[in-house]
Amino acid sequence: MTIGKSVTLLLIGTAVVVVLMAASVVYGYTDTTWKGVYDSFTAFNGSNEHLVIQTVRIPRALIAACVGASLAMAGVIMQTLMKNPLASPDILGINSGAGFFVVLGLVMFGISGNQSITWLAFIGAGVAQLLVFVLGSAGREGLTPMKMTLAGAAIGAMFSSMTQGFLVFNEAMLDQALFWLAGSVEGRSLDLLLSVLPYLTVGVFGALLIAGKLNVLSMGEDIARGLGLHIGFTKIVASILIVLLAGGAVAVAGPIGFIGIIIPHIARSWIGLDHRWLLPFSGLLGAALLLVSDIAARYMIMPQEVPVGVMTAVIGVPFFIHIARKGEKSR
Amino acid sequence: MSAIIMDSVTLRYGKESIIEELDWTVPEGKITVLIGGNGCGKSTLFRSAARLLKPSSGHVLLDNILLEKMSTKEAARKMAILPQSPAAPEGLTVLQLVKQGRYPHQTWLKQWSEDDEQAVQKALRATSMLELSGHPVDELSGGQRQRAWIAMTLAQNTDILLLDEPTTYLDMTHQIEILDLLFELNEQEGRTIVMVLHDLNLACRYAHHIVAVKDKTVYAEGAPEHIVDADLVKHVFGLDCLIDRDPLYGTPLCIPFGKGRRAVTG
Repeated sequence: MTIGKSVTLLLIGTAVVVVLMAASVVYGYTDTTWKGVYDSFTAFNGSNEHLVIQTVRIPRALIAACVGASLAMAGVIMQTLMKNPLASPDILGINSGAGFFVVLGLVMFGISGNQSITWLAFIGAGVAQLLVFVLGSAGREGLTPMKMTLAGAAIGAMFSSMTQGFLVFNEAMLDQALFWLAGSVEGRSLDLLLSVLPYLTVGVFGALLIAGKLNVLSMGEDIARGLGLHIGFTKIVASILIVLLAGGAVAVAGPIGFIGIIIPHIARSWIGLDHRWLLPFSGLLGAALLLVSDIAARYMIMPQEVPVGVMTAVIGVPFFIHIARKGEKSR
Repeated sequence: MSAIIMDSVTLRYGKESIIEELDWTVPEGKITVLIGGNGCGKSTLFRSAARLLKPSSGHVLLDNILLEKMSTKEAARKMAILPQSPAAPEGLTVLQLVKQGRYPHQTWLKQWSEDDEQAVQKALRATSMLELSGHPVDELSGGQRQRAWIAMTLAQNTDILLLDEPTTYLDMTHQIEILDLLFELNEQEGRTIVMVLHDLNLACRYAHHIVAVKDKTVYAEGAPEHIVDADLVKHVFGLDCLIDRDPLYGTPLCIPFGKGRRAVTG
């Protein structure tokens, strides 16, 4: 993979994301046109069309792009950190952990407010990740990818069922919590995104800064140590970045699956293993997948919408299978 | 002159003590080979010298500097290590692998320099991996793969090179090829090489200095022709053997007793 080719892929990815964001603003149940979008910026007249564009569609497009990118990048970091191709915020229970803590706050303690939700999500993501590490390390041979996946699945299931348990006890909060738990980029406020955005930004730039270290870490711990990498420091920083990215994404959109696990593999097959290119490219692909899924979700059973988490699976999985099969053949 | 000095080092895995208060030095500019039976502690000793295992007490000095006073990158510019059967990420090419060897020489500001490029090219040439540099490491044969990893450690451009069983899982031709390569690196560039080997005869042929490890301590060390005899093999490996002279090199040659077929003569 030459630098020229990598740059080209990043540019194409950026262009695709920009086009999809525009499409996400224009297409949907309320009839809007490209001209209407333009007018809503230059000559806002308070019409239904302009209101939908400014208060619903634009936040939705921005949220989809940010959440998709964050989940994908969190997936890349997790897969490298844990040396496990199945690692991702949803499979290893990070999303459910964040979800549980947010629901716990909403339902049991009546906490609301964007900052509180964000921090609850971070705490939940952090606790889940810690639990996966501790539970996965139990036993003689230490932390193996297999045990970690099992631990993650168990912890994810535990948090999900505890979340449901709380909702049974407190039906008054059911609607609000369920809406949030469904995992969607629709009807979320721009304020919530703005309150999380600083953390996501730190996550994204932090990830790009440690990309070189992740390259070294991916060669195995002994080799990495021999090359002079500070293993402990790198792992702690990487874990914090995962919490910021995955926790932040869940705080905004609720738990959305599949992006974190599928996108890193697709990105790797196109741009290669170098994290300095892989991370930004995965971010772009993640944003693109969530934007496409969100647009498709509006048209599947119009006038109703399909949960976007379902669409990410419907669109992402065939891609994933195609790439897995291609890999198989080249062997 | 010593490349690595261990001062009263105790090594533990959890509560189990493997090496107790050992004083040991690695001579500079020589090939040192660790030998010993399975589970004798030689791998633990190796891991400690390679700074993969922190001593629970005592000190390790690298190039006469206390290891704990050195940054990890600084240590990595003095000593390169190759652990047993390393695994590259799937699809990583030889060139990408070898380039990682330059990590300890890079900083935030200086990402990839002319020095880095030259060191990588030199390492690829020394290991005859230039033509294969675009190939994924996981698709190479065992010998080629090992050469690729050695190229990575060479790109690190260190005076000291530590290898844990670099010839394991290789056929005879490739074992000799790898050992010849390491021998030349020592001969031509004076690099200090420390490795663990299982084949006693090859160890005797290539090592200037042999270290026999038994029962959690260094049982004997010295030039192979001085220390390797039937008595040593009996004590270290629990094997009865005849020690003869290697007809090609004059180094000790171990012929084990055991069962087996007699040749049909006449």
